[in-house]
Amino acid sequence: MTEALPMAGIAPAQVNLAGLAKNDYRGAPSTLCQGCGHNSISNQIVSALYEMDTRPEDVVKFSGIGCSSKSPTYFLNRSFGFNGLHGRMPSVATGALFANAKLKGIGISGDGDTASIGMGQFKHVVRRNLNMVYIVENNGVYGLTKGQFSATSEKGLALKKQGTNPYMPVDICMEAIASNATFVARSFAGDPKQVKELLKAALAHRGIAVLDIISPCVTFNNQSNAFHSYTWGKDHEEPLHDITYIAPRSEIMLEEEMKEGEVREVALHDGSTIILKNLDKDYNPTNRWDALRILEEAQKNDWLVTGLIYIEPDKPALTDIYNLVDTPLNRLTEADLRPDPASLDKINGLMF
Amino acid sequence: MNKVVNDFSITVGTKNGSGSSTANNTILRSIFKMGIPVSGKNLFPSNIQGLPTWYTIRVNKDGFVARREVQEIVIAMNPDSFARDLASVAPGGAFFYADDIKQPMTRTDVAAYAMPVKELVRKDPNVPSDFRDLVGNMVYVGVLAQMIGIDLEKIQSALHFHFKGKQKPIDMNMNAVRAGAEWAQANLEKKDPFYLEPMNKTEGMIMTDGNTAAALGSIYGGVQFAAWYPITPATSLAEGLNDYLPQLRKREDGKHTYAVVQAEDELAAIGMTIGAGWSGLRSMTSTSGPGLSLMTEFAGLAYYTEVPIVVWDVQRVGPSTGLPTRTSQGDLSFTAYLGHGDTEQIILLPGDVYECFEFGWKAFDIAERMQSPVFVLSDLDMGMNQWMSKPFKYPDTPMDRGKILWEEDLEKIKNNWGRYLDTDGDGIPYRTVPGNKHPLSAYLLRGTGHDEHARYSEDAALWAKNMDRLKTKYDTAENFVPKPIIMKTPGAKIGIIGYGSTESAIEEARYQLEKEHGVKVDFMRVRAVPFTAEVDEFIRTHDQLFVVDMNRGGQMHKLLAVSHPESATKLIKVAFNDGLSATASWVRESVLMKTNGRPSSAKKAAAKKTIAKKAAPKKAVSKKAVKESAAKKATPKKKGAK
Ligand SMILES: Cc1ncc(C[n+]2csc(CCOP(=O)(O)OP(=O)(O)O)c2C)c(N)n1
Ligand code: SF4
Ligand SMILES: [Mg+2]
Repeated sequence: MTEALPMAGIAPAQVNLAGLAKNDYRGAPSTLCQGCGHNSISNQIVSALYEMDTRPEDVVKFSGIGCSSKSPTYFLNRSFGFNGLHGRMPSVATGALFANAKLKGIGISGDGDTASIGMGQFKHVVRRNLNMVYIVENNGVYGLTKGQFSATSEKGLALKKQGTNPYMPVDICMEAIASNATFVARSFAGDPKQVKELLKAALAHRGIAVLDIISPCVTFNNQSNAFHSYTWGKDHEEPLHDITYIAPRSEIMLEEEMKEGEVREVALHDGSTIILKNLDKDYNPTNRWDALRILEEAQKNDWLVTGLIYIEPDKPALTDIYNLVDTPLNRLTEADLRPDPASLDKINGLMF
Repeated sequence: MNKVVNDFSITVGTKNGSGSSTANNTILRSIFKMGIPVSGKNLFPSNIQGLPTWYTIRVNKDGFVARREVQEIVIAMNPDSFARDLASVAPGGAFFYADDIKQPMTRTDVAAYAMPVKELVRKDPNVPSDFRDLVGNMVYVGVLAQMIGIDLEKIQSALHFHFKGKQKPIDMNMNAVRAGAEWAQANLEKKDPFYLEPMNKTEGMIMTDGNTAAALGSIYGGVQFAAWYPITPATSLAEGLNDYLPQLRKREDGKHTYAVVQAEDELAAIGMTIGAGWSGLRSMTSTSGPGLSLMTEFAGLAYYTEVPIVVWDVQRVGPSTGLPTRTSQGDLSFTAYLGHGDTEQIILLPGDVYECFEFGWKAFDIAERMQSPVFVLSDLDMGMNQWMSKPFKYPDTPMDRGKILWEEDLEKIKNNWGRYLDTDGDGIPYRTVPGNKHPLSAYLLRGTGHDEHARYSEDAALWAKNMDRLKTKYDTAENFVPKPIIMKTPGAKIGIIGYGSTESAIEEARYQLEKEHGVKVDFMRVRAVPFTAEVDEFIRTHDQLFVVDMNRGGQMHKLLAVSHPESATKLIKVAFNDGLSATASWVRESVLMKTNGRPSSAKKAAAKKTIAKKAAPKKAVSKKAVKESAAKKATPKKKGAK
C-alpha cells in the first residue's frame, strides 16, 4: 500500500527509514506570495518529518483561515487535513484527535487567527494539552484580508489605510505560558535550521507544543521598522494594497546560524531591522518563572527571543487523561458501542 | 357534592431553591404508581434561590397530560405568591396553605385548608434545624395524600426511588409525610370534591424526562464523543451522558470507548464535535437557542464539507436570553437554514420522551448515512419535565455507519474514488477518515470551493455542480428521516399539523372537537425536515390544515407553505408562544374559530373561565372579544402573574 503518488517536485534519490522519499512529504505547489515567510516554514515541516521518519499517515493537519492557514495544502499531501474556520482550528483538532490518540496533530495558524479571533480557543487548547504542534506563522498583520493590524502588531506600527496601531502587542509565547503550555518556543522563518530543530523537538513532545514563528509578510506588513516584516520598498509605497502585481522577492535567510546567547540584527529588504536574541547556553527551559522573565526582558529591549523557551515534558496529553481503549476510537464497531438489550430492560425498570 | 375522580390539576407554589422538587416529584410518582395517568410540569424562574416557582401536576383518567389553564387544587407554600396562588384556584376548588403565611383569605368559593407545617416539622427531633424547610415540603405531601387519597405506600416507594434506597433521608421525609397525613386525618374535614382512585392505566409504563431519554438514546446509538457547554434547558442532556455512560459502556479493562468534554463555549463545543465527526466518531453536542446562534458558522461548514454530527437543541424562549426557563418551538426556521449561503439542514422533531430515545440513536445513523449535521429539536417542556412513556425500545436496526471506507474498501474502488465524487447518484459520496493508512485515503477538508477530489477550486461550473449534488443529497435524506405520524378520523376533511411536544394538547383537542363539537379532524405530526412524501400527501388530501406552532411567527407553517406553494392557502397558522406549553383549549378554540368563525358555543362556562376573562371580564362574552382573545391564545389567569 505504499505505491508512489504523483507528487510535486522531482523524483527523489533517497528514502528515509520509513521507506519514503522527501517527495512523499510534500504538498501542492504554494500559491502564497513569493518570498512569504510561511513558505519556508512549510518546507521545514517537510524536512523535519522526513528526517524523523514519521509516516505522513500518522499526522493530521489542521488550520484556521488566513494565508498561513492555507499552507497545510503545501505540505504532507498524504496526511489528512482540516482547513476550518477563522480562529477555530483548536476545537476541531481537539475533537479529531480523540478518534485516534496515536495520531500527531500539526496545527497551522496566523497571528490574527490565533491572537485575535482565536485567542479563546488558543488558550483553551493549550490548557487542555492537546497532542499537537501548534504553529503560529506570525507576521504581525492580516495577510489574507490585505493588511490590517493583528493583535501581535507592535504599538506604533503604521499601515496603509489603517493609521497607527495604538495598542501593545500580544506576546503569544507569554500567553501560552500563562495558560500552562507544556512546550513553548519562538523562531524566525528566516532561520530554517532553528525552525527545523524546534519543529523536531515539538513533534517529539507529547502534548501541546506552541511554536511562534516570526514569518515576514512581503506584501503587507511593510512599515520599515516593523518587528515582523519588511516593506515592499520605498519606491512601491503607493500600490501596496493593490496586489494585481506582486514583485518576485526572495526569502530573507540568515547567512549564518545563530549561536547560543547571540543577539543579532537582521536586515530586511527595505533596510529595516529586527533584533533576534538567541537563548543563552545556560538558560533552563524547565523553569516557568525564568521563561516569563526572559520574555519580559526581551520585550523591554525590543528583542525577539528565539529558541526553546519552556518545556514540561511529563504532563499527560489530553487524550491520555481520558483513559481510552487501545484501539483507535474510530475503529470501534457496534459490538463495542451499543450496550446490550438486557441493559435497556434494566434502565426501563429504573425509570420508575 | 359530586365526586371528581382522577381528573384535575394540582399546582404547588413554592420558593425556588426551597427543595420542593423532591416533594412534587414524590406526589407525581405516587400517583403514577397508583396507575393513574399523570404529568408534572415545573414552572421555574431563571434564579437559584428565592423567586416564586410552581409545579403543576395534571391527573387525567383518559390519559391526556397536556397543560391546562385551570387548577382545581392549589398548595401555597410561598408568602410572596400567596395572593396570586389563591386567586388562581378554580371556583369550587381546594386551597391548601402553610398556616405561618398570615395573609387575608379573600375567597369564599374555594375549600381552604391551613396546614401547621412548621409546627409539625419542629415536633420531630430527628430533623436537624437546617433541614426543616426541606422536610416541611413533605408535610404538604402528607396532607394532600390524606385529603385526596394518595396511597402512603406508593409515597414510600417514590421516596425509595428518589433517594436511591438510602434509609436515613427516606425515613426523615416519610415521617414528615406521615405527620402531615395524621394531622389532616385528625383535624381536617373534606370540603372539596377531588379524589384519586387507583387505576391500571400506567402499568408497564415508565416515567422520565426527554433529556435523560435523549442521553440514553445517544448511548444506545453508540455515541463516542460529546462536547457541550452548560445552558438551560439542555444541560441535563449532557449530564445524562456523564451519568449513564460509565455504567452502560463499562468494560472489563476499565478503559473508555467515549469522551465527553465540557468546552469553553458553544463555538468550541460544535468545533470539537465536527472534528470528531469528521474523524469517524459518532459525535454530538447539545445546546439551546443562544448556543445554537454561536454554532451557526460551524453548522454551515459541516453542511458544506459533509461532516456527520448530531446537534440537540432543547429549545427555550428567544430571541436573546429571552425566557431562559420557559418552553418554545422558536428555533425551527433558524435551524432549517442554519449557516450562511445555501445551507439546508436535516432536522428531527421528536414528539415525546419515547422519541427522544429513539431519535437519540437514529440521529447518528442518519448523520453518518447522509454525511451531514442532523439537528434534533426538543424543547424545555419535553426535555426537563417528567412524562409517562412506553418503555424505551431497543434499536431495531443495526448501526448504519454510512459510506465510510477503510483500507480494504478503498483498495477496491480506488480508481473511481474522490471524496466528493457521487458515484451512486444519490448525492452521497464515500468518505475516508484520519488513521486510514491507505496512501490514497487522505484529503484536506476545506470550507472553500472544492472539486470532487477535495482540491481547492474557484471554478464557477464546479461550484454550481457541487451545490446541485448537495441538493440531491438533501432530497435523498427524505428516504432516511422518520415519516410523520398520521391519525385519521373517518370522514374528516380537515387536519391539524403539529410537531414536537404539542402532540398531547393536539390529541386532547381532537378528542374534544369530535366529542363535544362534532368536528372531525385528522392529525399529522411531522417528525422531520426535509418533508417526506407522506407529508405532501396529507396536505394534498385535506381541505383545510391547521398548523400548530409554539412560536409567534408560525415557523412550521412557513416551512410547509414554502415547500407546498400550491397548497399554501389551505394552510392556516395557529401560532403562539408565551413560554408556557400548549393547551388543548387553545388548539380547540383556534380550530373552531377558523372553521366557523366562533368559539365553542356549548362550552360557555369553560370559555368564560379560560378565554374571555382577560378580554371581557365583566360583560357577557361578545363574539368579537372571544374571537380576539382566542386568536391570541386564551391567556390563563395565572399566566399574567408569572
Ligand atoms: C469569521 C471570519 N471573519 C473574518 C474573516 C476574514 N479573514 C480571513 S483571513 C483573516 C485574517 C488572517 O490573518 P492571520 O491569521 O494573521 O493570517 P495571515 O493571512 O496573516 O497569515 C480574516 C480577518 C473570516 N474568514 N472569517
Ligand atoms: S500576503 Fe503576506 S502573508 Fe499572505 S501570502 Fe503574501 S506574503 Fe504571505
Ligand atoms: Mg498574520
